[in-house]
Amino acid sequence: MTNRQQQNQDNAGVITKLLAAVVIMFAFGFALVPLYEKFCELTGFNGRTENIAAMTIDGMVVDTSRTVTVEFTTRTDRGAPWSFRPETRSITMHPGELKQVNFIVENHTNQNRMAQALPSVSPGEASLYLNKTECFCFEQQPLAAKETAVMPMRFYLDPDLPTSIHRLTLSYVMFDITNQVKDVATTAAR
Amino acid sequence: MSTVVAENNDAHAGHHHSKPTGIKRWLFTTNHKDIGTLYLWFSFFMFMLGGSFALVIRMELFQPGMQIIEPHFFNQMTTMHGVIMVFGAVMPAFVGLANWMLPMMIGAPDMALPRMNNWSFWILPFAFLIMLSSMFMPGGGPAFGWTFYAPLSTSYSTDSTALFVFSMHIMGMSSIMGAINVIVTVVNMRAPGMGFMKMPMFAWTWLITAFLLIAVMPVLAGVVTMVLTDKFFGTSFFSAAGGGDPVLFQHLFWFFGHPEVYIMILPSFGIISAIIPAFARKPLFGYSSMVYATASIAGLSFLVWAHHMFTTGMPTFALLFFMYMTMLIAVPTGVKIFNWVTTMWRGSMTFETPMLFAIAFVVLFTIGGLSGIMLGVTPVDYQYHDTYFVIAHFHYVLVTGAVFSIMAAAYYWIPKWSGVMYDEKLGKLHFWCSLVSVNILFFPMHFVGLAGMPRRYPDYALQFADLNAIISVGGFLFGFSQLIFLVVMVKCAMKKGEPAPAKPWEGAEGLEWTVPSPAPYHTFDTPPEVK
Repeated sequence: MTNRQQQNQDNAGVITKLLAAVVIMFAFGFALVPLYEKFCELTGFNGRTENIAAMTIDGMVVDTSRTVTVEFTTRTDRGAPWSFRPETRSITMHPGELKQVNFIVENHTNQNRMAQALPSVSPGEASLYLNKTECFCFEQQPLAAKETAVMPMRFYLDPDLPTSIHRLTLSYVMFDITNQVKDVATTAAR
Repeated sequence: MSTVVAENNDAHAGHHHSKPTGIKRWLFTTNHKDIGTLYLWFSFFMFMLGGSFALVIRMELFQPGMQIIEPHFFNQMTTMHGVIMVFGAVMPAFVGLANWMLPMMIGAPDMALPRMNNWSFWILPFAFLIMLSSMFMPGGGPAFGWTFYAPLSTSYSTDSTALFVFSMHIMGMSSIMGAINVIVTVVNMRAPGMGFMKMPMFAWTWLITAFLLIAVMPVLAGVVTMVLTDKFFGTSFFSAAGGGDPVLFQHLFWFFGHPEVYIMILPSFGIISAIIPAFARKPLFGYSSMVYATASIAGLSFLVWAHHMFTTGMPTFALLFFMYMTMLIAVPTGVKIFNWVTTMWRGSMTFETPMLFAIAFVVLFTIGGLSGIMLGVTPVDYQYHDTYFVIAHFHYVLVTGAVFSIMAAAYYWIPKWSGVMYDEKLGKLHFWCSLVSVNILFFPMHFVGLAGMPRRYPDYALQFADLNAIISVGGFLFGFSQLIFLVVMVKCAMKKGEPAPAKPWEGAEGLEWTVPSPAPYHTFDTPPEVK
């Protein structure tokens, strides 16, 4: 029965390779998560802006030859107990100019809550050129009961912004993360 | 195709232990023919079950307004219909056909891994039991569509999602084991002289399908695991609040999902490539181009996934890339259609039931393919996305494509499986009833879709009422036509019919026709020699 043994050996070889392929593909599925994040970070395709404050560039030239309209939209996550709006719905600005826009959030509940805002820029490519020197979205926002908070956001558009972009939208979603953050009571009480 | 010097295998049957009888035979069987039979009956049962869910959907949609069921139950029906038809009906049917036919086609005594074969079948009923039982949990079963997009399946689903995830894991394991078995069998157990380029197309298409399964089922397992941990263990793969991205879900899902649709059609191509030459009495036109076309379709299937997501706001560059790649798939598919038509050209054709289904496949699958090209064009997809046009498209490729080919295969090989000829009159009746009703069912969906009727809603605007009534009538006609199929197959299983010769089809080619009908329990203990 050497034939049969030979056959079994051949089979074992193929099976080992196939099982390895299965394991590799399972790992690949998970590897796609960081790959996707990195890809989006490099290309701006998913409209995320940087999560850390950008430096203002000394001697940045304001490109007065063109103006760009920046619109602001806000949304509260489903069930989040507050209202959230920008002070102004849209501004026009030159690339290179530093602007400040305030966002206002009102906590309607009698409890201390924790909020987290997430930005998104459309079109996605523009997210690479929208630089924030200060933003409430960089940190979790503690909201005391019935508090109305005015939250500043300062930003500029990189003068390298493609000239095809005349109008862009910066949108924020305000999530309620009270349940995820254990020490909300103490944080908000400060 | 190869000519064969085969010997009758009956003489060797005596070497084997006698098979156990009764339920034990089926529970413990490691015989590829028994397991094939189990798979085929299981998939037929699932086909009827998933079909009855579809009829619940069509019942509700017969008239506008809410009539019979609650919207949440409607959502469960669409979800279960999709999952059962994909993972319970079409895929197991193909695995069943592979089990029955591959060893006989390549001259092997059995599948390479018979015990794993048993296991990969027997975990399936449990997977579906788990999934179906979730419908009786508080809050009901999965209601987020078979695509289980996050956040529907994470933030907005019920606790039964855990059962959905586990049953998907089990189905995935079953598919992966089936695929490993097919690859090992085809690679290692071909009869002497049967080179790869002498294999029947069905073996080729299944080999390629098995590689697709190995590549993408683990990714599906990963995605459902992420859904599980997002929902129950506080991870944020797909939750924007926690730094994840819901669109990532769609990328991961369709990275699995698009190869998956080819998993459900490539074996069909193999079946049709066996049947058309047999009844046109001509060898298959362009055998090697068929092989290369199948391989290129499989390769391209990994580069088109985002055409399911054109409306998610992708950059223009990505839209164009995925559009062109999608268009490109039409080329190898066109090669196949061309080859089948050319095989029929000037053949001396006869129109027995398998051939009727095969010809209907070629015509109707092409219609589904063309509406697929329309959907692949990015700007028009913005109109068609998530409408009944999409439903029409994928039911043309899956029902009149995959399911019709499975029925063609059943009629074509049932004489070999049962030893009796099926009832040709009933078979033709089944075909014509199915052909007419399936078009009443799915063709008007193109129109309501173009007019803007969205999918996945239990209600619709009044102007769609007439066409929806027609669609529902077609649905019930098609559903009940399948009872004819059941009668035909049960009659064969009960050996009622004319005894079938070893080769009942004059123009049929291949090793499976060199063994007697019904095929003995053990075939090709001594490998045949293929010249």
